[in-house]
Amino acid sequence: MRTVLFGVLSVMMLTTCGGVAHAKTLKVAPGADAQERLQTALIDAKPGDVVQLSSGRYELSDGLSLDVANVVVEGAGPGKTILSFDKQKGEAEGLLVTSNNVTVRDMSIQNARGNGVKSKGVDRISMVNLVVEWTGGPKAENGSYGVYPVTSTNVLIDRVTVRGASDAGIYVGQSKNIVVQNSRAEYNVAGIEIENSFNADVHDNVSTHNAGGILVFDLPGLPQMGGHSTRVYHNEVVDNDTPNFAPKGNTVAGVPTGTGIMVMANRDVHVFDNHLDGNASSGVMLVAYLNTFTDATYNPLPRDISVHGNHFGRNGYAPVWKGGAELATALGGTLPPVLWDGITSYPKPDGQVVAEAVRLSIADGPVVNLALKLQGTPATKATPVVTKTLSDGSLAEPAPVVLAGGQMEMGRAH
Amino acid sequence: MKPGAIGAISFVSALLLTGAAPAPDAPVDAALLVADDPAPALESYHLFRDSAAREPNAALVPYTLNTPLFSDYALKFRYLFVPPRQAVSYREQGALDFPVGTTLVKTFAYPADFRAPDAKLRFIETRLLIHKPQGWVALTYVWNDAQNQAVLKRAGARVPVSFVDVSGAGQRIDYQVPNVNQCKECHSLSGAIVPIGPKARNLNRDYVYAAGTENQLAHWTRLGLLQGAPEHSVVPRLPPWDDATQPLEGRARAYLDVNCGHCHSRAGLASNSGLYLTFEESNPTALGIGKRPVAAGKGSGDLLFSIVPGHPEQSILVYRMASTEPGVMMPQIGRTLSHKEAVALISEYISSLKPAPARN
Repeated sequence: MRTVLFGVLSVMMLTTCGGVAHAKTLKVAPGADAQERLQTALIDAKPGDVVQLSSGRYELSDGLSLDVANVVVEGAGPGKTILSFDKQKGEAEGLLVTSNNVTVRDMSIQNARGNGVKSKGVDRISMVNLVVEWTGGPKAENGSYGVYPVTSTNVLIDRVTVRGASDAGIYVGQSKNIVVQNSRAEYNVAGIEIENSFNADVHDNVSTHNAGGILVFDLPGLPQMGGHSTRVYHNEVVDNDTPNFAPKGNTVAGVPTGTGIMVMANRDVHVFDNHLDGNASSGVMLVAYLNTFTDATYNPLPRDISVHGNHFGRNGYAPVWKGGAELATALGGTLPPVLWDGITSYPKPDGQVVAEAVRLSIADGPVVNLALKLQGTPATKATPVVTKTLSDGSLAEPAPVVLAGGQMEMGRAH
Repeated sequence: MKPGAIGAISFVSALLLTGAAPAPDAPVDAALLVADDPAPALESYHLFRDSAAREPNAALVPYTLNTPLFSDYALKFRYLFVPPRQAVSYREQGALDFPVGTTLVKTFAYPADFRAPDAKLRFIETRLLIHKPQGWVALTYVWNDAQNQAVLKRAGARVPVSFVDVSGAGQRIDYQVPNVNQCKECHSLSGAIVPIGPKARNLNRDYVYAAGTENQLAHWTRLGLLQGAPEHSVVPRLPPWDDATQPLEGRARAYLDVNCGHCHSRAGLASNSGLYLTFEESNPTALGIGKRPVAAGKGSGDLLFSIVPGHPEQSILVYRMASTEPGVMMPQIGRTLSHKEAVALISEYISSLKPAPARN
């Protein structure tokens, strides 16, 4: 029956040369019934197999999913292999991966109705050389995330371009051991966002023409909280000038248009060797979570944050956040390149106020401290203090993220 | 309601398919059910006496649920098959403990007109949830237009369906037959496939059998199919969502448990959302009250909280239940229509909730 089935669905199986014994390449071509043929290949793949999508445009009627471990899904290259979800009738993802050790590479994913490519609960997910885009430009109706690894471990995002996401272009949530590199995020609400995650290296990316360039956040009430140990370095964070188009209610809807790099409620975040220019609201912003919360284990403050060696062009010259314009005027027309809200205490859900030893090491400057002190105090209450730098001593840099088992090499191959 | 028999057609098609007519009273092929490779055609298992699957094998026990999953208003015919000399073990929480070889059979069907639900019944798909030695496996068999054969469709399908709804209005939908991965998306607990519906509390109700009305748990016990169950009056009972004589909150929570709780639980596919809609959940924030969205995107509908007590029109939960747009609608799969009656129920429930006292 298996032979008959493959024949009917015209999925060819070829033995790969020099690969794992019995590893196969399941070839899929565009054309009629692409949905069923491609989804069938994703179901029939066995561990070690490659699902190869030849050049052309695949018109898909539903979301796709992969639940087989140790599989590579590869196209002929972005712009050559195009998965088009213009006619998607169901599912919230273009492609959902729920199995371990999977690589998705070398293709374009267009106009997914929800997210572009999502991995949920995956150990070793690699998204390499992809273009994920909403082709109608920035719109609130676009999908939320371009690439979306969540509750995953050992995550590689390499040479991925995302355009038009109505939340974050590249979003990694509640994950561990993450590398986001050599990628480009533009015309999204947030370019790159690392949220509720542990150990991330975000480097050598370009984040431009988003509302906000790079965000490192932690939110309450989630299974994984206490985000920490992220290095944001050697990125181009320039001209983030697309008006925030996120649907209200989402956290990123509160990110001011023209934000460069924003760290909110996280610890051990080191921001260095980046180039920031043309971000009208701010260069680097270190802020507490703004809302009240009911989770007693949540810490809303940024702490143990290091900012050094960044190259600042013109930033903070037209801040759009509430109280920002007044502040800029008071400080001579432009905000200093680094801004800290100065919040060092927060009310627990039971009302008890907790003071925190917030350690900062900000060698770049000048720095403006809004001195808001208590979490929840609006920026309009700022009593700003500008200093050349701001340091509580040096802070140990998080160790580089290492992806083992050939994952980094897989990203570089081809 | 019992589907009518189409004996003659099924007999002919069975001859064509197998070259031999199976005896109508042949036993269920229990070995084939647990074999590594699924049968390409449903009738090979002999779960039904006829190839149109209108007449269940004598070893199958029909059952129903207090509160079922909504599937675009499809009628569902459910049967339990337990291998000979085996029995299900009672569990108060979660699905019952079904022995290897157990098969849950569910046929999805539409009448031409829901005002006459027993007439002109069209079968769309028959799903099998089989407890194989290596774990549960979900399969779906899609019926042909002639309604005499159902074949395995692992990659899912879209089937155009037309019907007249209870109000007399014509409906046309692209019914979604799930692929095997989508089956797992809902039927997954910490990554393994599990049954959703047949929990003691959801089975604890009467059923009208050919021989008379009896509580389902009592019936299964009497037949020797279920062991260890206490007297049904002391077994927890999930409120039927549509029984207006039951308390509102229980009905709403039952509906959310069955329709959302399989993903929105601490071990489900939506665990990362922090929104947990299971019957057991007691944390108000986890249940959505005053909870901000995490990764909802356009699914937020420009609203700030999952549930705003007293205000269904400000609650993301209602917005997403009422939507039919992919990326916004919840559940994400298994429906193309909004379940209007359930949207009304959940709206009424949220209206009934009192706002939390203001915090300092």
